[in-house]
Amino acid sequence: MYLNETPVLSIRDLTVRYGKGCSACSGRADNRDKNRCIACGTVWATDGISLDVYPGEVLGIVGESGSGKTTLMRALYFDFVPSFGSAVLRDYEDGQKNIWEASSAAQRMIKNTVMGMVYQNPVLGLRMNYSAASNIAEKIIAAGSRNAGQMTGRAMELLDAVEISTSRMSEAPKNFSGGMQQRVQISKALANNPALLLLDEVTTGLDLSVQAKVLDLIRKIKALYGISILLVSHDLAVIRMLADRTIVMLDGAIIESGLTDQILEDPQQAYTQQLVHSLI
Amino acid sequence: MSKNYNYAFLDEGSKREIRRATLKAVAIPGYQVPFGSRELPIGRGWGTGGIQLTLSLIGPGDVLKVIDQGSDESVNAVNIKKFVGLCTDIETTTETPEATLIQSRHRIPEIPLKNGQILIFQVPLPEPLRIVEAREEVTKKMHAEKDYAPLWLQLYESLIRYKKVTLASEYPCLVEGRYMMNPSPIPRFDNPKLHKAECLYLFGAGREKKIYAVPPYTDVVSLAFDDVPFEIESFGGKHCRLCGSTDTYLDEVFDQQSGKRFHQCSDTSYCRKLSSQKAQNRE
Repeated sequence: MYLNETPVLSIRDLTVRYGKGCSACSGRADNRDKNRCIACGTVWATDGISLDVYPGEVLGIVGESGSGKTTLMRALYFDFVPSFGSAVLRDYEDGQKNIWEASSAAQRMIKNTVMGMVYQNPVLGLRMNYSAASNIAEKIIAAGSRNAGQMTGRAMELLDAVEISTSRMSEAPKNFSGGMQQRVQISKALANNPALLLLDEVTTGLDLSVQAKVLDLIRKIKALYGISILLVSHDLAVIRMLADRTIVMLDGAIIESGLTDQILEDPQQAYTQQLVHSLI
Repeated sequence: MSKNYNYAFLDEGSKREIRRATLKAVAIPGYQVPFGSRELPIGRGWGTGGIQLTLSLIGPGDVLKVIDQGSDESVNAVNIKKFVGLCTDIETTTETPEATLIQSRHRIPEIPLKNGQILIFQVPLPEPLRIVEAREEVTKKMHAEKDYAPLWLQLYESLIRYKKVTLASEYPCLVEGRYMMNPSPIPRFDNPKLHKAECLYLFGAGREKKIYAVPPYTDVVSLAFDDVPFEIESFGGKHCRLCGSTDTYLDEVFDQQSGKRFHQCSDTSYCRKLSSQKAQNRE
Protein backbone atom coordinates (compact mmCIF):
# COMPACT_ATOMS: atom_id res chain seq x y z
CA MET A 1 0.00 0.00 0.00
CA TYR A 2 1.47 3.27 -1.14
CA LEU A 3 0.36 6.68 -0.05
CA ASN A 4 -0.24 7.84 -3.61
CA GLU A 5 -2.82 5.15 -4.20
CA THR A 6 -6.38 6.27 -4.86
CA PRO A 7 -8.69 5.08 -2.10
CA VAL A 8 -11.56 2.82 -3.16
CA LEU A 9 -13.76 4.70 -0.75
CA SER A 10 -13.30 8.06 0.94
CA ILE A 11 -15.71 9.33 3.53
CA ARG A 12 -15.46 12.90 4.73
CA ASP A 13 -17.20 14.36 7.74
CA LEU A 14 -20.05 11.86 7.85
CA THR A 15 -22.58 13.11 10.35
CA VAL A 16 -25.90 11.52 11.16
CA ARG A 17 -27.90 13.25 13.82
CA TYR A 18 -31.40 12.74 15.11
CA GLY A 19 -32.73 16.12 16.21
CA LYS A 20 -32.06 19.67 15.15
CA GLY A 21 -28.82 20.29 17.04
CA CYS A 22 -28.11 23.49 18.93
CA SER A 23 -25.24 25.89 19.57
CA ALA A 24 -24.30 23.86 22.66
CA CYS A 25 -23.68 20.61 20.82
CA SER A 26 -22.86 21.45 17.20
CA GLY A 27 -19.22 20.80 16.48
CA ARG A 28 -18.24 20.03 20.08
CA ALA A 29 -18.44 16.91 22.16
CA ASP A 30 -18.11 18.32 25.68
CA ASN A 31 -21.77 19.22 26.14
CA ARG A 32 -22.96 15.71 25.53
CA ASP A 33 -23.96 12.76 27.64
CA LYS A 34 -22.38 10.01 25.52
CA ASN A 35 -23.72 11.06 22.12
CA ARG A 36 -26.79 12.94 23.28
CA CYS A 37 -26.79 16.72 23.73
CA ILE A 38 -27.59 17.78 27.29
CA ALA A 39 -29.22 21.02 26.16
CA CYS A 40 -31.39 20.03 23.18
CA GLY A 41 -31.51 16.24 23.29
CA THR A 42 -30.16 15.75 19.77
CA VAL A 43 -28.56 12.35 19.27
CA TRP A 44 -25.34 12.42 17.21
CA ALA A 45 -25.25 8.86 15.87
CA THR A 46 -22.06 9.61 13.98
CA ASP A 47 -20.25 12.92 14.20
CA GLY A 48 -17.69 13.97 11.63
CA ILE A 49 -16.42 10.56 10.58
CA SER A 50 -13.70 10.63 7.91
CA LEU A 51 -11.95 7.55 6.61
CA ASP A 52 -10.32 6.04 3.52
CA VAL A 53 -10.33 2.47 2.34
CA TYR A 54 -7.44 1.60 0.01
CA PRO A 55 -7.42 -1.08 -2.70
CA GLY A 56 -7.00 -4.58 -1.36
CA GLU A 57 -6.98 -3.69 2.31
CA VAL A 58 -9.26 -4.73 5.12
CA LEU A 59 -10.30 -1.84 7.31
CA GLY A 60 -11.75 -2.93 10.63
CA ILE A 61 -14.16 -0.80 12.61
CA VAL A 62 -14.53 -1.75 16.23
CA GLY A 63 -16.62 -0.22 18.96
CA GLU A 64 -19.34 -0.95 21.48
CA SER A 65 -23.07 -1.09 20.72
CA GLY A 66 -24.36 2.39 19.94
CA SER A 67 -21.00 3.72 18.85
CA GLY A 68 -22.24 4.39 15.32
CA LYS A 69 -20.72 1.44 13.44
CA THR A 70 -23.95 0.24 11.94
CA THR A 71 -25.11 3.79 11.24
CA LEU A 72 -21.98 4.22 9.16
CA MET A 73 -22.61 0.98 7.27
CA ARG A 74 -26.27 1.69 6.66
CA ALA A 75 -25.52 5.21 5.40
CA LEU A 76 -22.96 3.71 3.02
CA TYR A 77 -25.52 1.25 1.74
CA PHE A 78 -28.08 4.04 1.22
CA ASP A 79 -30.50 2.89 3.86
CA PHE A 80 -30.86 6.57 4.75
CA VAL A 81 -29.37 9.93 3.81
CA PRO A 82 -26.87 11.34 6.31
CA SER A 83 -27.29 14.83 7.78
CA PHE A 84 -23.95 16.03 6.41
CA GLY A 85 -20.86 14.64 4.81
CA SER A 86 -19.74 13.18 1.55
CA ALA A 87 -18.46 9.87 0.28
CA VAL A 88 -16.82 9.16 -3.05
CA LEU A 89 -16.06 5.83 -4.67
CA ARG A 90 -13.16 5.33 -7.04
CA ASP A 91 -15.43 3.32 -9.33
CA TYR A 92 -18.28 5.82 -9.45
CA GLU A 93 -17.79 8.93 -11.62
CA ASP A 94 -14.03 8.65 -11.03
CA GLY A 95 -14.45 9.60 -7.41
CA GLN A 96 -15.73 13.06 -8.32
CA LYS A 97 -19.32 12.76 -7.20
CA ASN A 98 -20.77 12.42 -3.71
CA ILE A 99 -22.66 9.14 -3.69
CA TRP A 100 -25.28 10.52 -1.28
CA GLU A 101 -26.29 13.08 -3.90
CA ALA A 102 -26.67 10.51 -6.68
CA SER A 103 -30.11 9.66 -8.10
CA SER A 104 -31.77 6.61 -6.66
CA ALA A 105 -31.17 4.72 -9.92
CA ALA A 106 -27.44 5.54 -9.66
CA GLN A 107 -27.45 4.52 -6.00
CA ARG A 108 -29.01 1.20 -6.93
CA MET A 109 -26.32 0.75 -9.58
CA ILE A 110 -23.62 1.46 -6.99
CA LYS A 111 -25.18 -1.01 -4.55
CA ASN A 112 -25.29 -3.68 -7.21
CA THR A 113 -21.98 -3.24 -8.97
CA VAL A 114 -19.50 -1.26 -6.90
CA MET A 115 -20.34 -2.52 -3.42
CA GLY A 116 -21.39 -5.78 -1.86
CA MET A 117 -23.02 -5.98 1.55
CA VAL A 118 -23.18 -8.85 3.99
CA TYR A 119 -25.55 -8.34 6.89
CA GLN A 120 -25.37 -9.89 10.31
CA ASN A 121 -28.88 -11.21 9.76
CA PRO A 122 -29.10 -13.19 6.50
CA VAL A 123 -32.83 -12.39 6.27
CA LEU A 124 -31.87 -8.81 5.37
CA GLY A 125 -29.45 -9.79 2.65
CA LEU A 126 -31.10 -12.80 1.06
CA ARG A 127 -34.40 -13.68 -0.52
CA MET A 128 -35.09 -16.66 1.69
CA ASN A 129 -37.72 -18.23 -0.56
CA TYR A 130 -35.74 -17.92 -3.79
CA SER A 131 -33.08 -20.46 -4.67
CA ALA A 132 -29.43 -19.82 -3.82
CA ALA A 133 -28.66 -19.46 -7.53
CA SER A 134 -31.41 -16.88 -7.95
CA ASN A 135 -30.05 -14.90 -5.03
CA ILE A 136 -26.77 -14.57 -6.87
CA ALA A 137 -28.51 -14.00 -10.21
CA GLU A 138 -30.48 -11.13 -8.68
CA LYS A 139 -27.30 -9.07 -8.50
CA ILE A 140 -26.23 -10.04 -12.01
CA ILE A 141 -29.66 -9.16 -13.42
CA ALA A 142 -29.55 -5.82 -11.63
CA ALA A 143 -26.19 -5.14 -13.28
CA GLY A 144 -27.86 -5.55 -16.67
CA SER A 145 -27.13 -9.10 -17.81
CA ARG A 146 -29.96 -10.94 -19.57
CA ASN A 147 -28.24 -14.23 -20.19
CA ALA A 148 -29.51 -17.05 -17.97
CA GLY A 149 -26.74 -19.49 -18.83
CA GLN A 150 -24.09 -16.96 -17.88
CA MET A 151 -25.84 -16.33 -14.54
CA THR A 152 -26.00 -20.01 -13.74
CA GLY A 153 -22.32 -20.36 -14.60
CA ARG A 154 -21.38 -17.49 -12.32
CA ALA A 155 -23.60 -18.80 -9.52
CA MET A 156 -21.93 -22.20 -9.70
CA GLU A 157 -18.48 -20.62 -9.67
CA LEU A 158 -19.30 -18.49 -6.63
CA LEU A 159 -21.06 -21.22 -4.67
CA ASP A 160 -18.07 -23.40 -5.34
CA ALA A 161 -15.81 -20.63 -4.00
CA VAL A 162 -17.78 -20.47 -0.75
CA GLU A 163 -17.86 -24.27 -0.51
CA ILE A 164 -21.54 -24.84 -1.05
CA SER A 165 -22.27 -27.87 -3.18
CA THR A 166 -23.68 -26.78 -6.53
CA SER A 167 -26.17 -29.62 -6.28
CA ARG A 168 -27.97 -27.44 -3.74
CA MET A 169 -28.07 -24.31 -5.87
CA SER A 170 -31.74 -24.67 -6.72
CA GLU A 171 -32.63 -24.93 -3.05
CA ALA A 172 -33.81 -21.93 -1.04
CA PRO A 173 -31.53 -20.52 1.69
CA LYS A 174 -34.30 -20.96 4.24
CA ASN A 175 -33.41 -24.65 4.19
CA PHE A 176 -29.75 -23.89 4.91
CA SER A 177 -27.90 -23.65 8.22
CA GLY A 178 -26.87 -20.24 9.56
CA GLY A 179 -23.28 -20.61 8.41
CA MET A 180 -24.37 -21.69 4.94
CA GLN A 181 -26.77 -18.76 4.70
CA GLN A 182 -23.92 -16.44 5.56
CA ARG A 183 -21.79 -18.03 2.87
CA VAL A 184 -24.57 -17.62 0.30
CA GLN A 185 -24.78 -13.98 1.34
CA ILE A 186 -21.06 -13.58 0.77
CA SER A 187 -21.25 -15.18 -2.67
CA LYS A 188 -24.19 -12.92 -3.53
CA ALA A 189 -22.23 -9.86 -2.46
CA LEU A 190 -19.36 -10.96 -4.71
CA ALA A 191 -21.55 -11.60 -7.78
CA ASN A 192 -20.49 -8.54 -9.77
CA ASN A 193 -16.86 -8.40 -8.65
CA PRO A 194 -17.40 -5.33 -6.50
CA ALA A 195 -14.42 -3.20 -5.52
CA LEU A 196 -15.64 -2.94 -1.96
CA LEU A 197 -17.22 -5.46 0.37
CA LEU A 198 -19.11 -4.27 3.43
CA LEU A 199 -19.25 -6.83 6.21
CA ASP A 200 -21.51 -5.97 9.12
CA GLU A 201 -20.93 -8.32 12.07
CA VAL A 202 -20.85 -11.32 9.75
CA THR A 203 -19.85 -13.87 12.34
CA THR A 204 -21.96 -12.68 15.24
CA GLY A 205 -24.47 -15.34 16.18
CA LEU A 206 -22.60 -18.22 14.60
CA ASP A 207 -21.00 -20.93 16.68
CA LEU A 208 -17.23 -20.95 17.00
CA SER A 209 -16.34 -23.60 14.43
CA VAL A 210 -18.66 -22.04 11.85
CA GLN A 211 -17.27 -18.60 12.70
CA ALA A 212 -13.79 -19.88 11.98
CA LYS A 213 -14.94 -21.26 8.61
CA VAL A 214 -16.57 -17.97 7.58
CA LEU A 215 -13.50 -15.97 8.66
CA ASP A 216 -11.27 -18.34 6.77
CA LEU A 217 -13.46 -17.87 3.72
CA ILE A 218 -13.22 -14.08 3.95
CA ARG A 219 -9.44 -14.36 4.07
CA LYS A 220 -9.43 -16.60 1.07
CA ILE A 221 -11.69 -14.23 -0.86
CA LYS A 222 -9.47 -11.32 -0.04
CA ALA A 223 -6.45 -13.20 -1.31
CA LEU A 224 -8.24 -14.48 -4.38
CA TYR A 225 -10.02 -11.36 -5.59
CA GLY A 226 -7.91 -8.58 -4.04
CA ILE A 227 -11.11 -6.93 -2.90
CA SER A 228 -11.20 -4.11 -0.33
CA ILE A 229 -13.22 -4.87 2.75
CA LEU A 230 -14.83 -2.63 5.32
CA LEU A 231 -15.38 -4.86 8.30
CA VAL A 232 -17.51 -3.86 11.24
CA SER A 233 -17.37 -5.90 14.41
CA HIS A 234 -17.56 -5.54 18.15
CA ASP A 235 -15.39 -8.61 18.40
CA LEU A 236 -11.68 -7.76 18.58
CA ALA A 237 -10.70 -11.34 17.84
CA VAL A 238 -12.32 -11.05 14.40
CA ILE A 239 -10.65 -7.69 13.81
CA ARG A 240 -7.27 -9.09 14.86
CA MET A 241 -7.61 -11.98 12.46
CA LEU A 242 -8.73 -10.02 9.41
CA ALA A 243 -8.06 -6.30 9.54
CA ASP A 244 -4.93 -4.56 8.23
CA ARG A 245 -5.91 -1.26 9.74
CA THR A 246 -8.40 -0.60 12.51
CA ILE A 247 -10.57 2.30 13.56
CA VAL A 248 -11.97 2.48 17.06
CA MET A 249 -15.30 4.24 17.44
CA LEU A 250 -16.96 5.55 20.58
CA ASP A 251 -20.11 7.63 20.90
CA GLY A 252 -20.31 8.37 17.18
CA ALA A 253 -16.72 9.52 16.71
CA ILE A 254 -13.41 7.94 15.78
CA ILE A 255 -11.19 7.95 18.87
CA GLU A 256 -8.26 5.98 17.59
CA SER A 257 -7.00 4.58 14.32
CA GLY A 258 -3.89 2.84 13.10
CA LEU A 259 -2.44 -0.51 12.10
CA THR A 260 -4.29 -3.33 13.80
CA ASP A 261 -1.17 -4.66 15.53
CA GLN A 262 -0.34 -1.21 16.79
CA ILE A 263 -3.80 -0.73 18.27
CA LEU A 264 -3.77 -4.13 19.92
CA GLU A 265 -0.21 -3.86 21.26
CA ASP A 266 -0.15 -0.23 22.26
CA PRO A 267 -3.63 1.23 22.71
CA GLN A 268 -3.57 4.95 23.51
CA GLN A 269 -7.10 5.77 24.55
CA ALA A 270 -8.62 4.58 27.82
CA TYR A 271 -11.56 2.98 26.01
CA THR A 272 -9.30 1.11 23.59
CA GLN A 273 -7.15 -0.10 26.46
CA GLN A 274 -10.22 -1.45 28.21
CA LEU A 275 -11.35 -3.09 24.98
CA VAL A 276 -7.97 -4.74 24.39
CA HIS A 277 -7.76 -5.93 27.98
CA SER A 278 -11.13 -7.58 27.71
CA LEU A 279 -9.82 -9.67 24.84
CA ILE A 280 -9.28 -13.19 26.04
CA MET B 1 -82.95 1.58 -26.22
CA SER B 2 -84.29 2.37 -22.77
CA LYS B 3 -85.19 6.03 -22.31
CA ASN B 4 -84.60 5.81 -18.56
CA TYR B 5 -80.84 5.89 -18.95
CA ASN B 6 -78.36 8.25 -20.53
CA TYR B 7 -76.92 6.99 -23.82
CA ALA B 8 -74.42 4.25 -22.94
CA PHE B 9 -75.52 4.27 -19.29
CA LEU B 10 -72.78 6.55 -17.88
CA ASP B 11 -73.32 10.31 -17.72
CA GLU B 12 -71.47 12.39 -20.28
CA GLY B 13 -69.02 13.81 -17.73
CA SER B 14 -67.95 10.36 -16.60
CA LYS B 15 -67.50 9.16 -20.16
CA ARG B 16 -65.39 12.20 -20.94
CA GLU B 17 -63.18 11.56 -17.90
CA ILE B 18 -62.66 7.95 -18.94
CA ARG B 19 -61.83 9.01 -22.51
CA ARG B 20 -59.36 11.57 -21.21
CA ALA B 21 -57.60 8.86 -19.17
CA THR B 22 -57.67 6.65 -22.29
CA LEU B 23 -56.00 9.36 -24.38
CA LYS B 24 -53.28 9.69 -21.81
CA ALA B 25 -52.85 5.91 -21.79
CA VAL B 26 -52.50 5.90 -25.58
CA ALA B 27 -49.96 8.71 -25.36
CA ILE B 28 -47.82 6.75 -22.87
CA PRO B 29 -47.92 3.14 -24.06
CA GLY B 30 -48.00 0.63 -21.23
CA TYR B 31 -48.33 3.22 -18.48
CA GLN B 32 -51.18 2.67 -16.05
CA VAL B 33 -53.36 5.78 -15.88
CA PRO B 34 -55.58 6.08 -12.80
CA PHE B 35 -59.24 6.90 -13.40
CA GLY B 36 -62.36 7.30 -11.30
CA SER B 37 -63.95 3.88 -11.72
CA ARG B 38 -67.76 4.37 -11.80
CA GLU B 39 -70.45 2.32 -10.14
CA LEU B 40 -72.14 -0.07 -12.55
CA PRO B 41 -75.04 -2.49 -12.18
CA ILE B 42 -72.47 -5.28 -11.71
CA GLY B 43 -69.83 -5.66 -9.03
CA ARG B 44 -66.25 -4.52 -9.48
CA GLY B 45 -64.03 -7.36 -10.46
CA TRP B 46 -66.57 -8.65 -12.97
CA GLY B 47 -65.30 -6.79 -15.99
CA THR B 48 -66.27 -3.26 -14.99
CA GLY B 49 -63.03 -1.76 -16.31
CA GLY B 50 -63.67 -3.17 -19.77
CA ILE B 51 -67.36 -2.22 -19.67
CA GLN B 52 -66.55 1.38 -18.73
CA LEU B 53 -64.09 1.64 -21.61
CA THR B 54 -66.70 0.19 -23.97
CA LEU B 55 -69.41 2.55 -22.71
CA SER B 56 -67.17 5.60 -22.93
CA LEU B 57 -66.17 4.84 -26.53
CA ILE B 58 -69.33 3.45 -28.07
CA GLY B 59 -71.45 5.58 -30.39
CA PRO B 60 -73.91 5.29 -33.26
CA GLY B 61 -72.45 3.21 -36.07
CA ASP B 62 -70.32 1.02 -33.82
CA VAL B 63 -70.60 -2.75 -33.96
CA LEU B 64 -69.86 -4.57 -30.72
CA LYS B 65 -68.55 -8.05 -30.09
CA VAL B 66 -68.07 -9.40 -26.60
CA ILE B 67 -66.09 -12.53 -25.83
CA ASP B 68 -65.33 -14.35 -22.62
CA GLN B 69 -62.36 -16.75 -22.74
CA GLY B 70 -62.80 -16.80 -26.50
CA SER B 71 -66.48 -17.62 -26.37
CA ASP B 72 -69.27 -15.37 -27.69
CA GLU B 73 -71.97 -17.38 -25.94
CA SER B 74 -70.83 -17.44 -22.33
CA VAL B 75 -73.20 -15.94 -19.75
CA ASN B 76 -70.91 -12.98 -19.10
CA ALA B 77 -70.46 -12.10 -22.75
CA VAL B 78 -74.17 -12.41 -23.53
CA ASN B 79 -75.20 -10.27 -20.57
CA ILE B 80 -72.67 -7.53 -21.26
CA LYS B 81 -73.89 -7.42 -24.87
CA LYS B 82 -77.49 -7.23 -23.64
CA PHE B 83 -76.65 -4.46 -21.19
CA VAL B 84 -74.88 -2.32 -23.76
CA GLY B 85 -77.70 -2.97 -26.22
CA LEU B 86 -80.23 -1.81 -23.64
CA CYS B 87 -78.75 1.65 -23.28
CA THR B 88 -77.54 2.22 -26.85
CA ASP B 89 -78.87 1.36 -30.29
CA ILE B 90 -75.74 -0.27 -31.61
CA GLU B 91 -75.53 -3.58 -33.42
CA THR B 92 -73.80 -6.57 -31.94
CA THR B 93 -71.99 -9.31 -33.80
CA THR B 94 -70.01 -12.48 -33.24
CA GLU B 95 -67.89 -12.02 -36.39
CA THR B 96 -64.48 -10.61 -35.52
CA PRO B 97 -63.86 -8.72 -38.79
CA GLU B 98 -67.26 -6.96 -38.59
CA ALA B 99 -66.81 -5.50 -35.11
CA THR B 100 -65.46 -2.02 -34.45
CA LEU B 101 -65.28 -2.59 -30.70
CA ILE B 102 -64.44 -5.94 -29.17
CA GLN B 103 -64.59 -6.39 -25.44
CA SER B 104 -62.69 -9.44 -24.34
CA ARG B 105 -61.92 -11.40 -21.25
CA HIS B 106 -58.60 -13.25 -21.40
CA ARG B 107 -58.28 -13.84 -25.16
CA ILE B 108 -57.29 -12.10 -28.39
CA PRO B 109 -59.32 -13.40 -31.37
CA GLU B 110 -57.57 -15.71 -33.83
CA ILE B 111 -58.35 -13.52 -36.86
CA PRO B 112 -55.81 -10.65 -36.86
CA LEU B 113 -57.44 -7.32 -35.99
CA LYS B 114 -57.33 -4.47 -38.47
CA ASN B 115 -56.85 -0.75 -38.44
CA GLY B 116 -59.98 0.88 -37.03
CA GLN B 117 -60.79 -1.90 -34.60
CA ILE B 118 -60.37 -1.55 -30.84
CA LEU B 119 -59.88 -4.51 -28.54
CA ILE B 120 -60.85 -3.80 -24.93
CA PHE B 121 -59.56 -6.10 -22.22
CA GLN B 122 -61.08 -6.68 -18.82
CA VAL B 123 -58.15 -6.67 -16.42
CA PRO B 124 -58.25 -8.08 -12.89
CA LEU B 125 -54.72 -7.08 -11.81
CA PRO B 126 -53.09 -4.38 -13.94
CA GLU B 127 -49.81 -4.26 -12.02
CA PRO B 128 -47.19 -6.67 -13.44
CA LEU B 129 -44.95 -6.03 -10.44
CA ARG B 130 -47.61 -7.02 -7.91
CA ILE B 131 -46.35 -10.60 -7.74
CA VAL B 132 -42.97 -9.37 -6.55
CA GLU B 133 -43.96 -6.28 -4.56
CA ALA B 134 -47.17 -5.79 -2.56
CA ARG B 135 -46.96 -2.03 -2.01
CA GLU B 136 -48.35 0.30 -4.69
CA GLU B 137 -46.06 3.07 -3.41
CA VAL B 138 -43.03 0.91 -4.21
CA THR B 139 -44.23 -0.44 -7.56
CA LYS B 140 -44.85 3.12 -8.77
CA LYS B 141 -41.26 4.00 -7.93
CA MET B 142 -40.02 0.84 -9.63
CA HIS B 143 -41.85 1.83 -12.83
CA ALA B 144 -40.51 5.37 -12.58
CA GLU B 145 -36.95 4.08 -12.29
CA LYS B 146 -37.52 1.24 -14.77
CA ASP B 147 -36.42 -1.19 -12.08
CA TYR B 148 -37.74 -4.47 -13.42
CA ALA B 149 -35.00 -6.71 -12.02
CA PRO B 150 -37.36 -8.57 -9.64
CA LEU B 151 -39.48 -9.74 -12.58
CA TRP B 152 -36.40 -11.05 -14.36
CA LEU B 153 -35.47 -12.77 -11.14
CA GLN B 154 -38.89 -14.41 -10.99
CA LEU B 155 -38.30 -15.70 -14.52
CA TYR B 156 -34.82 -16.97 -13.63
CA GLU B 157 -36.16 -18.69 -10.52
CA SER B 158 -38.62 -20.70 -12.58
CA LEU B 159 -35.80 -21.69 -14.96
CA ILE B 160 -33.65 -22.84 -12.04
CA ARG B 161 -36.44 -24.73 -10.30
CA TYR B 162 -38.36 -26.22 -13.18
CA LYS B 163 -35.91 -25.85 -16.09
CA LYS B 164 -38.57 -23.89 -18.01
CA VAL B 165 -40.68 -20.78 -17.74
CA THR B 166 -43.82 -21.74 -15.86
CA LEU B 167 -45.87 -18.58 -16.38
CA ALA B 168 -48.86 -19.58 -18.48
CA SER B 169 -50.82 -16.34 -18.54
CA GLU B 170 -50.31 -12.73 -17.48
CA TYR B 171 -46.88 -13.07 -19.05
CA PRO B 172 -45.23 -9.65 -18.57
CA CYS B 173 -44.04 -7.71 -21.60
CA LEU B 174 -42.10 -4.52 -22.15
CA VAL B 175 -43.99 -1.90 -24.13
CA GLU B 176 -42.07 0.38 -26.48
CA GLY B 177 -38.88 -0.27 -24.51
CA ARG B 178 -40.17 1.57 -21.46
CA TYR B 179 -43.01 0.25 -19.30
CA MET B 180 -43.46 -3.32 -18.15
CA MET B 181 -47.07 -4.31 -18.73
CA ASN B 182 -49.37 -7.05 -17.60
CA PRO B 183 -51.22 -8.11 -20.77
CA SER B 184 -54.14 -9.27 -18.55
CA PRO B 185 -54.64 -13.02 -18.16
CA ILE B 186 -54.42 -13.81 -21.87
CA PRO B 187 -52.53 -17.05 -22.52
CA ARG B 188 -48.87 -16.68 -23.47
CA PHE B 189 -50.07 -17.81 -26.89
CA ASP B 190 -51.65 -14.39 -27.50
CA ASN B 191 -48.69 -12.23 -26.41
CA PRO B 192 -47.10 -12.01 -29.89
CA LYS B 193 -50.40 -10.62 -31.25
CA LEU B 194 -49.82 -7.46 -29.20
CA HIS B 195 -46.58 -6.67 -31.01
CA LYS B 196 -46.85 -4.17 -33.87
CA ALA B 197 -50.56 -4.80 -34.28
CA GLU B 198 -52.78 -2.77 -36.60
CA CYS B 199 -55.51 -2.23 -34.00
CA LEU B 200 -55.65 -0.34 -30.72
CA TYR B 201 -55.56 -2.38 -27.52
CA LEU B 202 -57.11 -0.86 -24.40
CA PHE B 203 -56.96 -2.37 -20.94
CA GLY B 204 -59.41 -1.44 -18.20
CA ALA B 205 -59.21 -2.50 -14.56
CA GLY B 206 -62.39 -1.37 -12.78
CA ARG B 207 -61.56 -2.59 -9.31
CA GLU B 208 -57.98 -1.32 -9.43
CA LYS B 209 -59.09 1.90 -11.21
CA LYS B 210 -56.45 1.83 -13.94
CA ILE B 211 -56.50 2.19 -17.72
CA TYR B 212 -53.58 1.40 -20.01
CA ALA B 213 -53.09 0.96 -23.72
CA VAL B 214 -51.02 -0.47 -26.54
CA PRO B 215 -51.44 1.81 -29.58
CA PRO B 216 -51.10 0.40 -33.12
CA TYR B 217 -47.59 -0.50 -34.32
CA THR B 218 -46.12 -0.49 -30.83
CA ASP B 219 -43.24 -2.75 -29.82
CA VAL B 220 -44.42 -5.28 -27.26
CA VAL B 221 -41.66 -7.65 -26.21
CA SER B 222 -42.37 -10.56 -23.91
CA LEU B 223 -39.87 -10.99 -21.09
CA ALA B 224 -37.19 -13.53 -22.03
CA PHE B 225 -33.50 -14.13 -21.44
CA ASP B 226 -31.13 -13.81 -24.39
CA ASP B 227 -30.35 -17.52 -24.37
CA VAL B 228 -33.84 -18.78 -23.44
CA PRO B 229 -36.22 -17.45 -26.09
CA PHE B 230 -39.87 -16.72 -25.38
CA GLU B 231 -42.09 -19.60 -26.42
CA ILE B 232 -45.82 -19.89 -26.83
CA GLU B 233 -47.75 -22.94 -25.71
CA SER B 234 -47.52 -25.89 -28.05
CA PHE B 235 -50.32 -28.38 -28.28
CA GLY B 236 -48.13 -31.21 -29.46
CA GLY B 237 -49.95 -31.93 -32.72
CA LYS B 238 -53.43 -31.90 -31.15
CA HIS B 239 -56.22 -30.46 -33.25
CA CYS B 240 -59.66 -29.01 -32.73
CA ARG B 241 -62.30 -31.73 -32.78
CA LEU B 242 -64.77 -29.43 -34.53
CA CYS B 243 -62.77 -27.59 -37.20
CA GLY B 244 -59.52 -29.53 -37.20
CA SER B 245 -57.31 -26.46 -36.62
CA THR B 246 -53.83 -27.07 -35.29
CA ASP B 247 -52.65 -23.45 -35.18
CA THR B 248 -55.19 -22.02 -32.73
CA TYR B 249 -55.36 -21.90 -28.94
CA LEU B 250 -57.09 -25.09 -27.84
CA ASP B 251 -59.16 -25.74 -24.74
CA GLU B 252 -59.09 -29.17 -23.21
CA VAL B 253 -62.59 -30.50 -22.63
CA PHE B 254 -63.37 -33.49 -20.46
CA ASP B 255 -66.49 -35.50 -21.12
CA GLN B 256 -67.66 -37.04 -17.85
CA GLN B 257 -69.95 -39.58 -19.44
CA SER B 258 -67.46 -41.10 -21.83
CA GLY B 259 -64.41 -40.19 -19.70
CA LYS B 260 -62.70 -38.90 -22.83
CA ARG B 261 -60.57 -35.82 -23.22
CA PHE B 262 -60.61 -33.81 -26.38
CA HIS B 263 -59.53 -30.41 -27.62
CA GLN B 264 -61.40 -27.61 -29.29
CA CYS B 265 -60.75 -24.00 -30.33
CA SER B 266 -61.15 -21.48 -27.58
CA ASP B 267 -62.21 -18.86 -30.16
CA THR B 268 -65.72 -20.16 -30.90
CA SER B 269 -66.50 -17.66 -33.64
CA TYR B 270 -63.38 -18.55 -35.60
CA CYS B 271 -64.02 -22.25 -35.12
CA ARG B 272 -67.63 -22.03 -36.31
CA LYS B 273 -66.63 -20.09 -39.40
CA LEU B 274 -63.92 -22.54 -40.33
CA SER B 275 -66.19 -25.56 -39.77
CA SER B 276 -68.92 -24.11 -41.97
CA GLN B 277 -66.40 -23.28 -44.69
CA LYS B 278 -65.17 -26.86 -44.59
CA ALA B 279 -68.72 -28.16 -44.75
CA GLN B 280 -69.38 -25.96 -47.79
CA ASN B 281 -66.23 -27.18 -49.50
CA ARG B 282 -67.36 -30.76 -48.99
CA GLU B 283 -70.69 -30.02 -50.65
